[in-house]
Amino acid sequence: MSLSYLFFIVLGVLAIASAIVTIAHKNPIVSAMSLVLHFFMLAGLYLTLNAQFLAVIQVLVYAGAIMVLVVFVIMLLNLSDEAQLKEKLNFRKIIAAFFALGLITQFTTMYMGVSSKNAFLPPQSIEAGKAQSIGKELFSHYLVPFEAISLLLVVAIIGAIVLSKRRYE
Amino acid sequence: MNEISWILIEAGVKALIIIGMMLLVAAASVYVERKVSAFIQLRIGPNRVGPFGLLQPFADVFKLFLKEDIIPAAADRWFHRIAPVISLGVAFAVYAVIPFADYIVIDDKIIQFGIAPDVNIGILFILALTSVGVYGITLAGWSSNNKYSLLGGLRSSAQMISYELSMGLALVSVILITGSLSLTDIVRDQAGWRWNIFIQPLGFIIFLVSSFAETNRAPFDLPEAEPELVGGFNTEYSGMKFGMFFLAEYANMATASALIAMLYLGGWQLPFPPEWLGLQPHTLAMALAQFAFLVIKVAVLIFFFIWVRWSIPRFRYDQLMNLGWKVLLPLAIVNILITAVVLYILK
Repeated sequence: MSLSYLFFIVLGVLAIASAIVTIAHKNPIVSAMSLVLHFFMLAGLYLTLNAQFLAVIQVLVYAGAIMVLVVFVIMLLNLSDEAQLKEKLNFRKIIAAFFALGLITQFTTMYMGVSSKNAFLPPQSIEAGKAQSIGKELFSHYLVPFEAISLLLVVAIIGAIVLSKRRYE
Repeated sequence: MNEISWILIEAGVKALIIIGMMLLVAAASVYVERKVSAFIQLRIGPNRVGPFGLLQPFADVFKLFLKEDIIPAAADRWFHRIAPVISLGVAFAVYAVIPFADYIVIDDKIIQFGIAPDVNIGILFILALTSVGVYGITLAGWSSNNKYSLLGGLRSSAQMISYELSMGLALVSVILITGSLSLTDIVRDQAGWRWNIFIQPLGFIIFLVSSFAETNRAPFDLPEAEPELVGGFNTEYSGMKFGMFFLAEYANMATASALIAMLYLGGWQLPFPPEWLGLQPHTLAMALAQFAFLVIKVAVLIFFFIWVRWSIPRFRYDQLMNLGWKVLLPLAIVNILITAVVLYILK
């Protein structure tokens, strides 16, 4: 058993456990913090796949910025434990069950399709995870989508400013 | 597998040395802080425990260990317990990627001065960890179930998110000049008085101010503003848990100083050619000299942190936000633009 396999098992189990706590726990703060833990485990999984840059950006952006805002809002509104929703079987749940089934079949077929020969990463993949190679790809091959996303973000920022300014008029 | 266990043992020994060093630095800076503040306010400061009061920080730690640890009845016990651990753990974890000196070669074996100083995401790792450190303070404020603590925690998260941006953008200019995210590369790039502070004076000032805000030090200590919030986020903490927050503050100050020294003041580079002392590169003597100069730079910066705290009054909340979003952020963006244009022309 190699070290990366061991890491994968530990991180994977913890990631799934924290994801379940995120959706199952009553207290919003506990949910938010287990989501933060989940992001850390995901970052660890990226590291086992030689994607160092992605791993650190995952922690920096999701755990360090977005989730801080989420926790901030939960604390500001001082949300307490959520009441248990009593819901009988309805149309939405049936649809959701079908989607879940589809997702599970997709994962299993993907897992069956991977031959054990290609399960290990080639040694040159350690270069692919570096910031340099990601930057090169981003500004040559994926330039148009990158610029489109930048434009989208600018629109979102302007929209946020317009919405928050309206109150003072 | 044998090699892996050796790597783990090496990392563990280095981590123990670094943690021991950090505890000493924290104790020393508490003492210096009290002495300097006394000097600034025309007092004498601690002078009872040991010669010149030198043992005062140890006496304080001993006292904190013996104190009763009180958890408020209405507090969220679990988060109340884990919050100081997050604060302190993050403060120590940053040192995993900080290079304390150049590597040395003994019997054809390369020994690094640091746990992983060559990692190619060094700066981003530090930024990521400091951005996670805010959870310690925020959760402490929330879990105490006290309005003053909660206000302190909320202020802290708002403040840290605001100043992280300008800090990160100031860093981008340094990364543009060096072309690497590794701290070792950035330090090596500043050899021979080519320190980044001379090339990036504006970036240095932005980074310095943001560091003050990120470490919650005065004039940015709104999360624990005593006149308004009793003790801020740590109002409901006592005993060694309070001690851990206290320790984390000084460890963060040392981290911020080390980071400034490394990014802008040449890190472990000697301020003169090493031949003057007859030092050969990659020897133990050279590494010790480099480490000594890094310690001197960090000590000067820690003194500067203390000096500012006892000289400048606290910002008002709106002033803090205006400074962060309307002054530092645009300046940092302009700085990146100028750096990029100049680098493009020079190439």
